[in-house]
Amino acid sequence: MSDGIGARVERKEDKRFITGKGKYTDDVRVDNQAYAAFVRCPVAHAKINGVDSSAAMAMEGVIAVHTGPEMKEDGIGDIITGWSITSKDGSPMQCGVWNPMVTTYGRYVGDAVAVVVAETQAIARAAAELVELDYEELPASIGVEDAFQDGAAQVHENVPGNLIYDWEIGDEAAVAAALEGAHHITEMKIVNNRLSPNPMEPRSAVAIFDEAEDHYTLYTTSQNPHVARLVLSAFYNVAPEHKLRVIAPDVGGGFGSKIYIYPEEITCLWASMKTGRSVKWTSDRTEAFLTDAHGRDHVTKATMGFDAEGRIVGFKTDTLANIGAYVSLFATVTPTYLHGTLLSGCYDMPAVYGNVKAIHTNTVPVDAYRGAGRPEATYSVERMIETAAREMGMDPAELRRKNFITEFPYQTQVILQYDSGDYHKTLDMAQDIADVAGFAARKAEAASRGKLRGLGYSTFVEACGIAPSAAVGSLGAAVGLWESAEVRVNPVGSVEILTGCHSHGQGHETTFAQVVADRLGIPVDNVSVVHGDTDKVQFGMGTYGSRSGPVGMSAIVKALDKVEAKAKKIAAHTLEASEDDIVIENGEVKVAGTDKSMAWHEIGLAAYIAHNLPEGMEPGLKEAAFYDPLNFSFPAGALICEVEVDPETGVTDIVKFTAVDDFGNIINPNIVEGQVHGGVTQGIGQAMLEQVVYDDDGQMLTASYMDYCMPRADDVPSYALDHNATPSPLNPLGVKGCGEAGAIGSPPAVINAITDAIGTNDLQMPATPLAVWTALQNAKSSMAAE
Amino acid sequence: MSKRIGTFNVNGKNADTIVEPQMLLVDVLREKLDLTGTKRACAAGNCGACTVLADGDPICSCITLAVAAEGREIETVEGLRAADGTLHPLQQAFIDHCAAQCGYCTAGMLMTAKALLEANPRPTREDVKRALSGNSCRCTGYVKIIDAVMDAAQQINAAKEVAA
Repeated sequence: MSDGIGARVERKEDKRFITGKGKYTDDVRVDNQAYAAFVRCPVAHAKINGVDSSAAMAMEGVIAVHTGPEMKEDGIGDIITGWSITSKDGSPMQCGVWNPMVTTYGRYVGDAVAVVVAETQAIARAAAELVELDYEELPASIGVEDAFQDGAAQVHENVPGNLIYDWEIGDEAAVAAALEGAHHITEMKIVNNRLSPNPMEPRSAVAIFDEAEDHYTLYTTSQNPHVARLVLSAFYNVAPEHKLRVIAPDVGGGFGSKIYIYPEEITCLWASMKTGRSVKWTSDRTEAFLTDAHGRDHVTKATMGFDAEGRIVGFKTDTLANIGAYVSLFATVTPTYLHGTLLSGCYDMPAVYGNVKAIHTNTVPVDAYRGAGRPEATYSVERMIETAAREMGMDPAELRRKNFITEFPYQTQVILQYDSGDYHKTLDMAQDIADVAGFAARKAEAASRGKLRGLGYSTFVEACGIAPSAAVGSLGAAVGLWESAEVRVNPVGSVEILTGCHSHGQGHETTFAQVVADRLGIPVDNVSVVHGDTDKVQFGMGTYGSRSGPVGMSAIVKALDKVEAKAKKIAAHTLEASEDDIVIENGEVKVAGTDKSMAWHEIGLAAYIAHNLPEGMEPGLKEAAFYDPLNFSFPAGALICEVEVDPETGVTDIVKFTAVDDFGNIINPNIVEGQVHGGVTQGIGQAMLEQVVYDDDGQMLTASYMDYCMPRADDVPSYALDHNATPSPLNPLGVKGCGEAGAIGSPPAVINAITDAIGTNDLQMPATPLAVWTALQNAKSSMAAE
Repeated sequence: MSKRIGTFNVNGKNADTIVEPQMLLVDVLREKLDLTGTKRACAAGNCGACTVLADGDPICSCITLAVAAEGREIETVEGLRAADGTLHPLQQAFIDHCAAQCGYCTAGMLMTAKALLEANPRPTREDVKRALSGNSCRCTGYVKIIDAVMDAAQQINAAKEVAA
């Protein structure tokens, strides 16, 4: 089947994207349109004593100015967290209250204080400048280590020491005993730099209150419109769920940042009701830096012990995780169950322990960003093992091989049970492609030109499709993490798939259609995907955590199973054959071993005409399914980065980047390659370019593309990719998820390569030319001192 | 500072619309002419999502005053297709190489690439990288975009050779 699983089918989405016909939230045009602009807290911590909107209200074209206390009075709820974490002493986490707009205290630069609604965006923004805040500046805590010091400024009165929770995983005593008897110990302080996700499409919302129908519609840039509807209605009280329609049209990237339901979306809905106008807000880029949830920002002390043969005996991490001023929707689970559970890496570690202290600071809330916890775990594990190899004088690949898990399923010491994998072969393939054997010669040749050449590895495993619902519930999740699907066969045999996942660049319209095309033998052009609209799709959990493949497509398969079963019954009845003899091939429903068949469209027609159905069968051909995964899936890979550093300038050139991944079965190789390219590039961005920087007062110094450096076309190396698939036995398609692996695995490969090149390990991300040059100078002076 | 009627030549057609002095070209395209294919992503000329061609040169429509675009031939992504609907070789190559993901930077990429190929019909891969270095993409890692532009260059040149 040319359109089926494994085919490089052209993306169905692309025709509209390359002609400028994509429809994103900011492209939505509605009647009665007004525009919102926000007045934001100008300092990191302040008591807001008053908001003077008189000058703004006097401006022509201004419709209204509203504030947090008014919102509170109208019963709009506080922003919730979706996952409760219990501290190691059994106490519940403590977190500060997050009002959608400030009622008394502003707690980060950008905290929304008031909203201006006006006839045009330009007027709204100009008027917002005229709103005067009477505020008293308060001491602030900015860096995560500073915020956890005794005497640090308190971000919230009810969170002593700014400590949200003090969580642990694994067996602390077992690790301590193992480290006590270790032959070699490697210790390191590891900083996982703070990032801003920066999808190219800024967040946007168009809120429409229809007074006649007493109904609300919200167009918004969401990865999970159904979750948005649920939370907006059940917790924020902007509208009852049955009177609120949330539509996420084309979404221009998300990377996690569009999971959350932010103050601006809530406020637009509320303001639409208050003003009787449709209210639109579109973030500008500086607002995006100041309000979109950030990612990472961990400081970790790591200790890894080895026996004389190089086998890991124990691994311990102590992490401070910066949560920011408020606890965003999944901020609590990212440093805990998405990070601590991956600390075993792809290694057979007999003892693992992780402690995580989550800390409030006067900064933008931090939440899940592409990889979410797993990049932080992977960076710690992979930096540690590479460093240990160097310290012990061993080849870093060989040290990894000594410790690789080889039998599956494998139960780690930190909850997870890995499904399948072949880590040795994946590393073999990567080493071949990267020509590791020829590295010494390339290094010597580079040295002859005065350049420092280095090679770094990352062999990672990660966990996708977070699940099962009952298990995550027992760990504190407020939601289930299943997915829904409906397969509708039309009377003419064309098919619509309704899914609760929502693409924001992943190409679901193509990939999901391929699954149906493969099963029914019909062309992908006869299959449409319906998603992103709560009036069309009943419910779903959305797209994040690389779940749309392992969870979303599994739901589609489950619905297809039911469709196929009914189609076979219809065919058996019509063709007067036994149901067991019916097969579906190439768009035909046949009696095996005979020439009796019905075209797929004839089945559709028969189901809807309903003149001749088996006795008792309901007309129609449409089936729905909910799929609750049995376990995570566990993609893994071997990445090899080769760099050349100019010691005079610190400028680092990635000469070659090799990635061999195990994503299980692949539906569309073009799309999967694109996910790897994009993911690895974001990881290179983290490793070499990107960092959100605050000054000591909590002003963000990197709130534009001139200051925050994302990879550009000329920063990106050539990639050599391959796959070593070990299909997941836990879902019907044997898929594992591929959206985050690149971003998870690549940062340590880059830093391991650079530190190999420069001969010093004293380097944190981002390894900018200045950082690399400084590391080289420091190494020189410490050598001179010795 | 007052409103007035401005005339814009966009994709070969003249359009009259009310402009205000502070309006940007991207505002006119998106809000007045309903050409929403041109995207605004940074509004500061740093990311290239809003790139359109003005007399064949790529410009950031988000930092170009609308009044400064009057009298110039503006081309947007909506004008890339031939009149009969045939895709431009760049558009076809973007499909063939799976060069779009979320699609938000795509229009700007296409317009920048069109200007490149008109100025330099046989670019090296490095030329393409340099030309596209003002256009940010957060999804693709650029690889397939560069592949597509290289391929489109070949297709255009091959078609020219056939025609000659």
